[in-house]
Amino acid sequence: MATATIDSPDTHAADGHDEHHTSTGISNTKLAMWAFLGSECLLFGGLISTYLLYKTRRGPGPDNTTIPTDIFDIPFTSVSSFVLLMSSLTMVLALSALTRGDNQATRAWLLSTAMLGGVFIGGQVYEFTSFLREGVGFTHNPASSAFFTLTGFHGVHVSLGILMLMSLYVASKQGKLTPKHTETVEIVGLYWHFVDVVWIFIFTVIYLIPVE
Amino acid sequence: MAITEEPLALTSGEATTVERPLGALTRPKGGNGWRDWLSTVDHKKIGIMYGVAAMFFFVVGGIEALLIRLQLAAPDGQILSAEVYNQVFTMHGVTMVFLFIMPLAAAFANYLIPLQIGARDVAFPRLNALSFWVWISGAIFLNTSWIVGGGGADCGWFCYSPNSGLAFSPSNGVDFYVIGLQIAGIASLVSAANLIVTVLNMRAPGMTLFRMPVLTWMLLVTQFLLLFALPVITVALFLLMFDRLFDAQFFNPETGGDPLLWQHLFWIFGHPEVYIIILPSFGIISEIIPTFSRKPIFGYSFMVFSGIAIGFMGWGVWAHHMFVSGIGPFSVAAFSLSTMFIAVPTGVKILNWLATMWGGKLRFTTAMLFAVGTVAMFTIGGLSGVTHALAPADTQQTDTYYIVAHFHYVIFGGGVLGLMGGLYFWWPKVFGHCLNEFWGKVHFWVILIGFNLTFGPMHVVGLQGMSRRIDTYAAGYGFEFWNLVATIGSFIIALGVLIFFFNVWKSRRDAVNLPAPGPDPWDARSLEWMVPSPSPEHNFDAIPVVESEDEWWHRKYGYDENKRVVRIATVEEAAQDGSATGVHLPAPSFWPLVLALGLPLIGYGLIFNLWLAVVGGALTGLAIYSWALEPVDDPDADHGHGHDDHHDDDDGGGDDHAADDSEPVTAGAEGGE
Amino acid sequence: MSETLTEPHVDHDDAHEHPSDWAYIKIALILAVFTGIEVLTYFESALPIFENNAVTITTLMVLMVIKFWLVATWFMHLRFDNKIFSQLFVAGLILATGVYVIALAAFEFWG
Repeated sequence: MATATIDSPDTHAADGHDEHHTSTGISNTKLAMWAFLGSECLLFGGLISTYLLYKTRRGPGPDNTTIPTDIFDIPFTSVSSFVLLMSSLTMVLALSALTRGDNQATRAWLLSTAMLGGVFIGGQVYEFTSFLREGVGFTHNPASSAFFTLTGFHGVHVSLGILMLMSLYVASKQGKLTPKHTETVEIVGLYWHFVDVVWIFIFTVIYLIPVE
Repeated sequence: MAITEEPLALTSGEATTVERPLGALTRPKGGNGWRDWLSTVDHKKIGIMYGVAAMFFFVVGGIEALLIRLQLAAPDGQILSAEVYNQVFTMHGVTMVFLFIMPLAAAFANYLIPLQIGARDVAFPRLNALSFWVWISGAIFLNTSWIVGGGGADCGWFCYSPNSGLAFSPSNGVDFYVIGLQIAGIASLVSAANLIVTVLNMRAPGMTLFRMPVLTWMLLVTQFLLLFALPVITVALFLLMFDRLFDAQFFNPETGGDPLLWQHLFWIFGHPEVYIIILPSFGIISEIIPTFSRKPIFGYSFMVFSGIAIGFMGWGVWAHHMFVSGIGPFSVAAFSLSTMFIAVPTGVKILNWLATMWGGKLRFTTAMLFAVGTVAMFTIGGLSGVTHALAPADTQQTDTYYIVAHFHYVIFGGGVLGLMGGLYFWWPKVFGHCLNEFWGKVHFWVILIGFNLTFGPMHVVGLQGMSRRIDTYAAGYGFEFWNLVATIGSFIIALGVLIFFFNVWKSRRDAVNLPAPGPDPWDARSLEWMVPSPSPEHNFDAIPVVESEDEWWHRKYGYDENKRVVRIATVEEAAQDGSATGVHLPAPSFWPLVLALGLPLIGYGLIFNLWLAVVGGALTGLAIYSWALEPVDDPDADHGHGHDDHHDDDDGGGDDHAADDSEPVTAGAEGGE
Repeated sequence: MSETLTEPHVDHDDAHEHPSDWAYIKIALILAVFTGIEVLTYFESALPIFENNAVTITTLMVLMVIKFWLVATWFMHLRFDNKIFSQLFVAGLILATGVYVIALAAFEFWG
C-alpha cells in the first residue's frame, strides 16, 4: 500500500470507514477488542495453571492410570501447530489484500485462514478421539479433565473464529466487504492471532516441556 | 428528536441512499412506552433500569437477611432448618453482592459517566443495553432456583469445594449459582470494556484524564478490575460446572482434585471484587463532600492515584481469605504483609475527605449525611480489617462473627451508605425533582442506628467465639444478648429501607406542587449539573469545551483580585436549556434483549435437557447475526448537523455525533462471548 | 473545523506503515524455523543435548517468548500502533502471569 499523508483524502477512502473523532485518536472497536484480549489472558492463564497443577494427577486407581502427557503424539501436534501458525500469515495477507482493494485475493486468503483453522480443529478432534480410545477421556482423572478443558476452550475459540472468518467471506462474496471495512477484518484478525498466540503458549508449555 | 427527511449528503461523499431493511431488521424508533424501554440504548434509561432492578433485589436480599436474623435471634432457633438456612444465607450474600450492589453501582456508572465526561452516550450503546438485559436475565435465572432448582444454592456465596460438589450439594441450587453468575459475569465484562472505551475515547474537548471528576476515575478503575478479575471466576465456575454436570475431576479429593484450587481462583477474583464494590462509593462521596463543603476535593491527584493504587494492590492480597486453609507459613506471611500495605491508599482517601471538609462551608443535606456516614463507617470496618491482616490474630478471628462485622461495616457502611447518598444527590438530575430532605434525614438516622445495632455487636460475639455460617447456636455461651440486639437492629434497617421507599413515593407525589430543582439544585461542580433536570435525551445541547477540573464550578465562579471566590455567571446563564433539536442519537434495537433471552435457556438446558440448550444457543446466535446485520441507524433519522455541530465557546464545529455506533456490516466483530 | 481547542489527534492509529506481504512471509518463515527447532527438542535420541531438561526447557521458553512477541508486534501490528493497545495487552499478560505464578507457588509447584 502506498504511503500517503494523513491529509490526503485518498488515505481516508483506502483506510476504512470515516471514523468519528475520539479523544485518543484510536478506534472504539479496536480499543474494545484489545481490552477484551487483555482479559482473555486471565481466562487462559487460569485454565493453563489448572492444567499445570493437575498434569501429573493420575487418580487413585490401583494401577497407574494414564495422563495426557503419557500419550501425546508430538510429531502430529507439531504439524497442527504449524498449520495454525501459518493461518496467522494468511490472515494478515487477507487484511493486506482488502486494504489494496483486491477482493478476490481477500476472499482467497480469508478462506485459506478458515480452512487452516479447520485443519487444526480436525487435528484436535483426532487427538481427542485417539485419547478416548486409550481410555483417557474428560472424566478420567484430574489431569485429563484439565487437559480437555484447556484445549477444548481453545478449540471453541478457534471455531468461533472460523465462523467469523466465514461470515466475512460471505459478506465479501455479496460485495459488502470493501476497503472501508478493513477495520472489521483487522479486528477479526486480532482475535485470530490471539488464539494462535495462546496456542504457541499451550504447545510449548503443555506438550513440549518435559514432565518428570 | 428525529426530523424525518432525506438524510443529508455525508461528507465522505458516499451515496445517500440508505438501506431500508424489512421486517425484523428494521430499527425501532425511540419514545417512552414499554416497548421503548425494552429496545432503548440510551445510557440514562439503562442506568435507571439497573437502579430499579437493583433496589428490587435489595429487598429480596434484605428479606433473606431478616430471615437469618430471625433464626439467630435466640439460641436453638427453629425458624429455619439447617438446610434452608444454608440456602438463605448463601442467597443473601449472592443477591447483595451480584444483584444489588454491583448493579446499583452500574446504574450510577451508566447514567453519569457520559454526562461527566461531556459525551452523548457510551461507546457501544447496543452493547450497553445487552449488558443490562443479560444481567437481569441472569439475576432472574439465579432466583428461579428457589422454584425449579430444589432450593437456592446452599454452599455459601464463596461456594467452597468439595462442599459445592454433587456429593454434598445434590440439589440443583449450586448449578443455578454457577450458571447464573456466569451469565451475570458476561454482562459486567461487556460493560467494563464498553465503559473503558467510553472514558478513554469519548471525552469532551479539553477534558483530559486529569480533569475528569473523581467519580469517573474511580468507576474507570472499577471497570479495569472487572475486566481482569471476571475471567478468573469464569474459570472457577466452569471447572465446578464441569464437575457437577459432566463428572469432571477438578475438585474431587478422592481422585486428586484439590479444593484449594477453587479457593485460589475464587479469591483471585474475590478480592478485586471487594474493591469493585467499594470504589464506586468512594467516587460518589468524592463528589458529594466537595459540593457540600463548597471546596474542591483535597488532593485531587492523590485521590486519583490512590484509587489506581488500590486497583493494583488489590491483586496481591487474595490469600488473606485463606490464612487457615493450609497454604503454609510462607504464603501466609507474604499475604499478611501485602494486606497491611493496602490500608495505605485507603487511608489517604479518608484523610483527603476529612481535609476537604476542614474549613469548608458545610451543608448537611441528606446526601452529605450519607457521605460522612460512609467515611465513618468505612473507617471502622477498615480498622477491623487491619486487625485481620495480622495473620496470627486472624487465626482467631476467621470464621467468626468478627469477620461478618468487618465486611458488613465496609460493604454496607462503606458501600451501601455511599450509594444511598448518591441516590439523594443525583435524584433530581435523573427524575426532575429532589427527594424530600426531612424524610431523607429520617431515613439516614434510622439506617445508621439500625446498621450499628446490627453489626456492631457482631464484633463482640465474634471475638467471644461465635462461629459464622452456622444455622444456630446453643444456649449458655453468652451469645444470646447481642444476637437479639442485632436482630432488632436488622428490623430497624428494614424500617429505614421502607422509609426510603416512602420518600420516593411521597417526593414524586409532592413534586407537582414544588418548584422545579433546575439544572443545579446543589450548586455542584461537574458537568452533569450543566444540563436540565431531568437530563434531556441528548444530554448536552452543545458539547462543552473543558478548561479545568470541576469545569461546571468554574463556569459559575471565578476569583477576584483578592483571590476570593466570586460568582461570574448565574445558573440560568451558564447552564444549557436542553432545547437542541435534530441531535443524532444512536437508534434503539431489540436484539440485545433477544440475545439476552437465549442465555437462561442455555442455562436451563444445561441443567435439565440439552436440547433446550441447543435452542438457547440458536436464539443467541440468531440474535448476534441479526444485530450485526441491522442497519447502523434508523434510516429516517436526521443525519444533518444540528446544534451539536458547534462547541460552545468555539467558533468552528466539531464532529460530535453521538457514540461511534458504527457497527460493522458483517457479523461477529464485537466478539460477543 | 477548528482544532485549536481540541486535543491534537491523529485520525488513524497506525502511522501508515504496513509491512509488505513479503515482510509478513519472512516473519512466518522465522516462526516456522523456530517451531522446527522446538519440535527438535523432542527427539532426544537424535540430539542428546536435549536430554538435559534444563537445556530443553530454556530453549523452549526462549523460543516461545520470541514467537509470541513476533506475532504480537508484527501480525497484530502492535509495533506500529498507538501504545495504549500494547499497554492493555501487556497489563493483562503481566497480571495473569503474576497471580497465577503466585498461586502455583502456594501449591509449591515451583519446588
